[in-house]
Amino acid sequence: MKKLCDRFTGLNKNTKRDLANYLIVVVAFVIMQIAVSGGFLSNSLQGLLVPICAYVVMAISLTLIVGILGELSLGHGAFMSIGAFSGVLCTIATEQSIPSDGMRLFLGFVVGTVMAALLGLLIGIPVLRLKGDYLAIVTLAFGEIVKNVMNVLYVGMDANGIRAAIDDEAKLNLAEDGQVIISGAMGVASGRKIATFAIGIVLILVSLFVVQNLVRSRTGRAIMAIRDNRIAAQAMGLNVTKYKLIAFTISAALAGAAGVLYGHNYSAFQASKFDYNMSIQILLFVVLGGMSSFRGAMISATILTILPEMLRGMKDYRMLIYAVVLIVIMIFNQSPKMIQWREATLQKLPKIPFLSKDTAKGGK
Amino acid sequence: MALLEVTNLGIAFGGLQAVSQLDMKIEKGHLYGLIGPNGAGKTTVFNMLTGVYKPTEGDIILDGKNITGKSPEKICKAGIARTFQNIRLFDKLTVLDNVKAGLHNQIEYGAITGVLRLPSYFRKEKAMDERAMELLKIFHLEQEAHLPASSLPYGKQRKLEIARALATNPKLLLLDEPAAGMNPHETEELMETVRFVKEHFKIAILLIEHDMNFVMGICEHITVLDYGRVIASGTGDQVRNNPKVIAAYLGGD
Ligand SMILES: Nc1ncnc2c1ncn2[C@@H]1O[C@H](COP(=O)(O)OP(=O)(O)OP(=O)(O)O)[C@@H](O)[C@H]1O
Ligand SMILES: [Mg+2]
Repeated sequence: MKKLCDRFTGLNKNTKRDLANYLIVVVAFVIMQIAVSGGFLSNSLQGLLVPICAYVVMAISLTLIVGILGELSLGHGAFMSIGAFSGVLCTIATEQSIPSDGMRLFLGFVVGTVMAALLGLLIGIPVLRLKGDYLAIVTLAFGEIVKNVMNVLYVGMDANGIRAAIDDEAKLNLAEDGQVIISGAMGVASGRKIATFAIGIVLILVSLFVVQNLVRSRTGRAIMAIRDNRIAAQAMGLNVTKYKLIAFTISAALAGAAGVLYGHNYSAFQASKFDYNMSIQILLFVVLGGMSSFRGAMISATILTILPEMLRGMKDYRMLIYAVVLIVIMIFNQSPKMIQWREATLQKLPKIPFLSKDTAKGGK
Repeated sequence: MALLEVTNLGIAFGGLQAVSQLDMKIEKGHLYGLIGPNGAGKTTVFNMLTGVYKPTEGDIILDGKNITGKSPEKICKAGIARTFQNIRLFDKLTVLDNVKAGLHNQIEYGAITGVLRLPSYFRKEKAMDERAMELLKIFHLEQEAHLPASSLPYGKQRKLEIARALATNPKLLLLDEPAAGMNPHETEELMETVRFVKEHFKIAILLIEHDMNFVMGICEHITVLDYGRVIASGTGDQVRNNPKVIAAYLGGD
């Protein structure tokens, strides 16, 4: 143990900070598991465990676009939607051929992630030429388009295979034994609740692994260089479009994976769930988390998902308290005075490796 | 054959002819100066040479290859690197990472190698770190390697820009007012460094500078621009005594 600790202290501060993030997730998992088995968690909070994981992955994914690439996207819910619907479609459609839930869910993750990545790539090519406000407006519109298309999309399956139609269930022309899987505005009505908290945690760890290693690589450096100064980046021979697309596509893929997780936590869900409000909510996690800090985004996603549930008893005051908490988090994360105070306090703490000054600042 | 051959280069912004009929030859391993009063079109020449602006007429030939109107990215790969008059660093990246971003096309590995941390990731990152530290040492920036670039004082930021440009392994280095904002001591030191860089990397350097001691001190050949046209060109002494140059600088507008 001592030896392990020594090796840990010897690592450079970025590596420490990254490893600490994995540790935080694992510790949170263990604590929650103990709380669940000890019966300390209310039913409604238990029901939130998987959605929290999905939102945490969404927050990590959007941090890549907002904090690392430095662009504003207001339609991130769309990628989650695509992931959720295509993933669930996949697990339902393969129910006969693949008996193992785990195998099907894995396949669902692959399909949902790839679909969202493809959509990200497709939409990224025209959209990433735009900058700032224009990009924000177009991604906002994109999110609404995806929602509206999903609202009129019908997908069914019978012995002849999978069929899709727009507008009307009858157009599917399913055989007698056919089954409607996605039913327009009604969405998925016979979903499979096969996602678990453990799977959610694994997904968070995988997402962290991808984004953190990306940021510390040649590719991540190129993405951040473009964020900091596009003209200088071009002058250094960086292909701006290529690296923007890479960041956008990876982010879309992770959002798709979050959608697959989310979709497999409910027996029914609708496209309207993944609307403008959801996208803004996720942006809120990222902004409150400190914009370019994966750790901050994870923490604010967790707190802000649990909070409304905790405040349920307060009725009328619920939204008021929610707003106050938002402001407090904002001050805690962004105000220079607070950041100074945090650092000073942390220095006074005993030297636990991952809490020491270097690592505790998140992405600052 | 000259390293860079510019013929009849010109650009107009709407009605304003910012540069016209510019001819210039740059030989390998020499130091050139580009001077002229404010607004003469010096930076505009750099912007055309590096693809930021597309010339409306003329040709730019680098090492026998026509690079006129190519993108900045392609021109960098072809071998021209630059610094900026209004410093453009990657502010939030560390000093070291700024130089490593400059090494982007020199030491390569893909996104997947980076995310999965395959063996070549560690090898190439190490090679990048070593190369970048070498460059930082030339500019005495190795102590600041892990600080954010924006935290450096002005003079050091200018040096870091040169180090980053050198990282792209250029044949021709363009410096836009490298001594601006430096005190006389720093300027003296920078002159030494620029000379050293020319010798050590065996590259050609073209620099814009208002500090006449600097230009006269190190440039073997000087071109003087006024209102977008070349009014004189030659050695320091030839240029200094040219009546047109004196008139341009004294005559003001
Ligand atoms: N993008 C542009 N659009 C319109 N006019 C421009 C543009 N870029 C430069 N100019 C004009 O071209 C002329 C030359 O500008 P330039 O920046 O090249 O001057 P300079 O010689 O570098 O001056 P300084 O010594 O002040 O840096 C100026 O009149 C400027 O206003
Ligand atoms: Mg200029």
